[in-house]
Amino acid sequence: MRRLAHILLMLGLAVTLCAAAGDGEWLRKVPAKDRTRPNPYATDPDAPAAGAKIFAEHCAACHGGEAEGKTEGKHIRPNLHSDRLKQATPGELFWLLTNGSQKNGMPSWSRLPDPQRWQLITFLKSLP
Amino acid sequence: MPSFLPIARSLPLLVVVPIFLLPAPLRAQENYFVTYSHELEEPGNLEIEAKSITGAPKGGNPFLATALEFEYGVKTWWTTELYLDAQTTAAESTVFTGFRWENRVRPLLREHWINPILYFEFEDINAADKALLEVVGHDTRSDFLGRNDRSEKERELEFKLILSSNFQGWNVSENIVAEKNLAGDPWEFGYALGASRALALAASATPCTFCRENFALGAEMYGGLGDRHSFGLHDTSHYLGPVVTWNLPRGPSVRLSPNFGLNDNSHGFLFRFMISYEIDQFVSKLKK
Ligand code: HEC
Repeated sequence: MRRLAHILLMLGLAVTLCAAAGDGEWLRKVPAKDRTRPNPYATDPDAPAAGAKIFAEHCAACHGGEAEGKTEGKHIRPNLHSDRLKQATPGELFWLLTNGSQKNGMPSWSRLPDPQRWQLITFLKSLP
Repeated sequence: MPSFLPIARSLPLLVVVPIFLLPAPLRAQENYFVTYSHELEEPGNLEIEAKSITGAPKGGNPFLATALEFEYGVKTWWTTELYLDAQTTAAESTVFTGFRWENRVRPLLREHWINPILYFEFEDINAADKALLEVVGHDTRSDFLGRNDRSEKERELEFKLILSSNFQGWNVSENIVAEKNLAGDPWEFGYALGASRALALAASATPCTFCRENFALGAEMYGGLGDRHSFGLHDTSHYLGPVVTWNLPRGPSVRLSPNFGLNDNSHGFLFRFMISYEIDQFVSKLKK
């Protein structure tokens, strides 16, 4: 019983140590073939506005109305105007929106159809 | 012929009142009434749903039953939900029929071709419950013929294995249900299947209430599979129906589904309707 408690404690520690919201760790988990996926909506003239609309509906509550990020207590929802996002490929962002970073509090958005996730990425890439 | 009037009178109470109790936004997410997909509530969000069903069983009185649900996202991978069930039956009475407490947990934190969700529920309802949130065992329409009688308690544990896939705008979900009455009845089994798709996959650039992306169309089928001693389809009931969902942007979701009974044990026709609101980041809003 003591041993089990020990193992659970170590596991808990390991989980808290290896993952923290906002550290960009998720980027390392993206498989190579997903990184290079092109965004079919990258040059679609309507995509930034459509993406902004989806963002307001589903993302703003956590990331802020201007995607400026929000921190409440231990909940860190990153600012999306960051260098990390500017450098991330559309494929990496698509992987994140599909899978989420669920341990850290970012949900999976696979319920939004693929075109809407790509429209969101066009919007994110248009952020100053 | 018993009239629907008392039901019409209770409608505001059971369905419309929750709408006015709530401030503004949002939209719900699930696509079905009985079937579950792998969508969980976003952490921190509270969704309030009034899920209703109405029917006029042959040989019984017309009824309207509503389950008021409070669904909270504890973690991205854990949603907990409280249901309060009530029903009104014409020429009989309006009764509170009990509560359910449900938890859904996602064991795999990445998106897969098929995504499993584990579902655990404790319910403390009585035999007058007509919410029909699941059909198991040898449930048949005759269960609805007794007069509103709350004396028989049903304390039950229910487990579901939810399997669900999202691809090309479609959701396809399969649920296997196992229910155990704590009074000692044998395990009962059931199933639910659903498929649905949004009418448009890309979002339009301008705000719109009636554009196709706000509507989802699908179908679901559910029924009993007997119990541990008599597994199978004999003496079971089954239903099939289309489901349409309308997500009002920055507003509630509305869902309708006519259900058709597929054999003599089933009600011929049932009508389900639902309205739901999601309150984003409920706890942090409370703290402010
Ligand atoms: C329930 C709160 C919540 C919601 C809703 C939410 N996110 Fe997140 N998001 C997070 C958290 C927490 C992280 C940090 C995850 C991590 O670092 O592992 C995150 C991270 C991200 C990142 C990576 C940021 C970085 O710097 O690494 C992007 C991009 C992102 N979210 C986009 C979105 C989009 C687009 C939506 C809407 C479809 C959305 N999020 C909705 C909580 C949320």
